[in-house]
Amino acid sequence: MNEPAARLRRALCAVATVSLLGACAQKGTTVVLLPSQDGASTAVAVKQGQKEVVLGQPYAAVRPSTQGLEPYKSNPQEVDAKFGPALAALPSRPASFTLYFVEGKDEFSAESKSLVDAVFSEIAKRPVPDVVVIGHTDTVGGDRTNDALALQRAETVRAELIRRGVAADSIAAIGRGKRELLVPTADGVAEPRNRRVEILVR
Amino acid sequence: MPGSVWRLFKVSLGAFALAASAATPGAEIGQLKSANGDVWIERSGARLPGTVGTRVRTADVVKTGADGSAGMVMVDNSLLSIGPNSVLSLDRLDYDATTQRGQFDSSLSKGSLSVVSGRIAKQSPDAMSVRTPSAILGVRGTEFVVGTDE
Repeated sequence: MNEPAARLRRALCAVATVSLLGACAQKGTTVVLLPSQDGASTAVAVKQGQKEVVLGQPYAAVRPSTQGLEPYKSNPQEVDAKFGPALAALPSRPASFTLYFVEGKDEFSAESKSLVDAVFSEIAKRPVPDVVVIGHTDTVGGDRTNDALALQRAETVRAELIRRGVAADSIAAIGRGKRELLVPTADGVAEPRNRRVEILVR
Repeated sequence: MPGSVWRLFKVSLGAFALAASAATPGAEIGQLKSANGDVWIERSGARLPGTVGTRVRTADVVKTGADGSAGMVMVDNSLLSIGPNSVLSLDRLDYDATTQRGQFDSSLSKGSLSVVSGRIAKQSPDAMSVRTPSAILGVRGTEFVVGTDE
């Protein structure tokens, strides 16, 4: 229903008793904020016309009423009853693996080699896996050098995964250079934990 | 070690790909990872089967029948899924993998939707929105459900 029609219906419903206009029973939008699986803070702002309700706590919710959006507290049972099929179709969360590299090179460190097997078993678990390989460097060297090195590391891992049988068109390689340090450092600091490639299996 | 693994996971959860091409119109912006019952995609007037593995593009409309449901992963790592009798339009998804900034707007005109937001929603309250016929959701993160019967 479009917005003017919805407004008219709400206005009519506001002056009519429910017994006269049974159709007034709450058509509109329902939103429920859920707990975030990783514990990150979470919020959704719901706007209807001039009215805005910010949902900031798990199970904070809004539902339609004759007055427009009505804040209320939902619960897991209601969410399951109304949204069970949608929630059941939610894809698995991306799984992340991190490989570390020898300084200034695109060679895996020794302990990273066994992680590659773990990546493969994750890929095998998913019906249509796609893989994103993201290269990072430490802060030794300029942006251009690091961007090139980061991409080279990502491409090395991508090539290795393809060599082992992952479909080439399901793997993307990206170089992020030194833009996203795992361990924040000043510029020019050799930090092994920043020389890494993240493999996201989705 | 578990602590550091967890930190790595959180750091990298949002980091992302396929995205070099995501800014161009009609570019691939995500992929169907689950599909049950009747699922189809409307693209430029054509009706395509919504099978697992199908790549979705900007302006695609994903629809489900009475027994249908479908889930997808988007280029910024957002996860979206719809329940039965649902209509979800992927109006716009621009994402730059280098800056990790972008815009993701979708519309649920009917049915139910569950969302786990991704990288784009982290940048600003306006970067990710979901519209229904009567409301606009500004997504700051991360997990929520929306239903509409208008």
